[in-house]
Amino acid sequence: MAQIFHHSTNLISRLSIYGGVFIIALLGAALYGIELSPWYTDQHVAREQPVPFSHKHHAGELGIDCRYCHTSVEKSSFAGLPPTQTCMTCHSRIWTNASMLEPVRASYRDDKSLAWTRVNALPDFVYFDHSIHVSKGVGCTTCHGPIAEMPLTWRAGTLYMQWCLECHREPEKYVRPKSEVFNPYYEPPKNQIELGRKLVKEYKIQSLQNCSTCHR
Amino acid sequence: MDPEGSPNIAGAGEAPVLEPGHTLATVTDKISSIVLGRGTTKGWMIGFAIALALLMMFNVAVTYLLIKGVGIWGIKIPVGWGFAIVNFVWWIGIGHAGTLISAILLLLHQKWRTSINRFAEAMTLFAVACAGTFPLLHMGRPWLFFWLMPYPNPMWMWPQFRSPLVWDVFAVSTYATVSLLFWFVGLIPDLATLRDRARNRAAKIVYGIFAMGWRGSAVHWTRYEVASLLLAGLATPLVVSVHTVVSWDFAVAIVPGWHTTIFPPYFVAGAIYSGFAMVMTLAIPIRKFYNLEDMVTMRHLDNMAKVMLATGMIVAYGYMMETFMAFYSGDQYERYLILNRMTGPYAVIYWSLIACNIIIPQAMWSRKVRASVPALFVISLIVNTGMWLERFVIVVISLSRDYIPSIWNMYYPTKWDWMTYIGTFGLFFTLFLLFVRFLPMISIVEMRSLVRETEEKPE
Repeated sequence: MAQIFHHSTNLISRLSIYGGVFIIALLGAALYGIELSPWYTDQHVAREQPVPFSHKHHAGELGIDCRYCHTSVEKSSFAGLPPTQTCMTCHSRIWTNASMLEPVRASYRDDKSLAWTRVNALPDFVYFDHSIHVSKGVGCTTCHGPIAEMPLTWRAGTLYMQWCLECHREPEKYVRPKSEVFNPYYEPPKNQIELGRKLVKEYKIQSLQNCSTCHR
Repeated sequence: MDPEGSPNIAGAGEAPVLEPGHTLATVTDKISSIVLGRGTTKGWMIGFAIALALLMMFNVAVTYLLIKGVGIWGIKIPVGWGFAIVNFVWWIGIGHAGTLISAILLLLHQKWRTSINRFAEAMTLFAVACAGTFPLLHMGRPWLFFWLMPYPNPMWMWPQFRSPLVWDVFAVSTYATVSLLFWFVGLIPDLATLRDRARNRAAKIVYGIFAMGWRGSAVHWTRYEVASLLLAGLATPLVVSVHTVVSWDFAVAIVPGWHTTIFPPYFVAGAIYSGFAMVMTLAIPIRKFYNLEDMVTMRHLDNMAKVMLATGMIVAYGYMMETFMAFYSGDQYERYLILNRMTGPYAVIYWSLIACNIIIPQAMWSRKVRASVPALFVISLIVNTGMWLERFVIVVISLSRDYIPSIWNMYYPTKWDWMTYIGTFGLFFTLFLLFVRFLPMISIVEMRSLVRETEEKPE
């Protein structure tokens, strides 16, 4: 009887059995890699905006305080997006003819809000409150990254639950003195852990990790 | 009875496990010709068409479910576990007979298992496939099912290992894996037989791939024996563990009617009970349509009836103890639960269950009934129904009236519940018919060893 399979089939079948394990493992690793990649999370990807607003210029070079525009950050869950009037406090006087700012002026003329593209948006099933974080010594740049160096704003974190939990489990690694919360150039000191432990105690930071803390 | 379990020398009044007159060659010819020689018959086509139509209905029901969500089912608080869980427990229970026959009876050297183990194992696999769909669909977002597995993830989430629902995932997936491996390893020599006997090239190649280069050398046989024994050893605890874990889904909760320690043994006995009923339901038509009365003999049906009788009695004991403990406990909620079962709005279902599972099967004490194929077929269908009703009683009645009367509510299945449930029969029978068409439904290898043992017996 003629052979159905060529002799080489032995090798192929052996390779496919042994290889199967590695292929599945590699596939899993690849999927995990994709899930963490900026391509999927938008981390470090600058967003197009109706007006190319630069945090680098305003918060960094000019030194405008975060709260000048994000007025409700200390009182509310939402930090707040400034109304066009806030822009016009300066821009009715300076750069009044800049074509780049025409959408701002148009918004002011027509009384129609600028439609900014959200950069950091948590899903609706997550309850998040800016005020409590800010008042317990979590700095703006802890979550939002080096905002004073962003010509166009990008998302500094992945916004994955892991990213939230990293701090909720070990707040001493991230917390800073309350006076430094709005400092966009703050650098953690060498003795961060030591200082952090002290601040955690002082600010009575609870390391909340219950599901219902955020998923209410 | 002969303690050696000699196959053909029947005890008083017992039929043999293989009718006399078979030789090694006739066994191989007969079984392999069902696959290779018989072709696709009209009867098979009709059966397959019906099964496929039901499967399509299942697809419709599932597609609509995925679009709309579980709200299309009849579940609403307090009955959050409706048909999906009833059907899950029912199907997974049915699978248990296959594992019992192939693993435990193999280790106990019960020769009569030989001709029914292959399709009982197939039944196990397909029943697990049907069972597996229900919890997945019941999750509401089945595409996130992998959240049940512990794997590194950017949510930093881990399954809740204190929940029996997570144990269930491991119990059922282990069960499915071991059953598949056991079935496949057993098939290898038979696939090689089919490869060698097939006349067309495509069949040779397909059977050849799955025969994995089996040549029947002494080394192959040793490894085959070792692998079979190891897998039987692995599968043996699964017979007990899987349904035990399923019963914990209920027993670990505090709902009256669920929170009881008798659940694990009583669930396992019920599983084997319903499983043997299903094997009987399948074996009786198959032996008729494929003229296999000489291989699946009256001895098999008789033995299966006896197993059903025994497990049925254990189940009956379970029901008795549930009732007794409810009153003995002095707990008013437990007492009310039993009274509600017996006299409440679902009383019809409870009493039908008692009739189907306990009263009617007592007929099998009679040798005449055990010798009557139609009677056994009808009883097996009744037991299948009864076991389904049992799961309905446990899941739905317990939930519909628990501690707080203000939230009591009735559960009524919707047409989507029925379509999904009946649809799984489509899935089951589609797979089963494909199996009987393309694979040897009785193990050629084991039947041949049975013949050899018969011949070696000094007369």
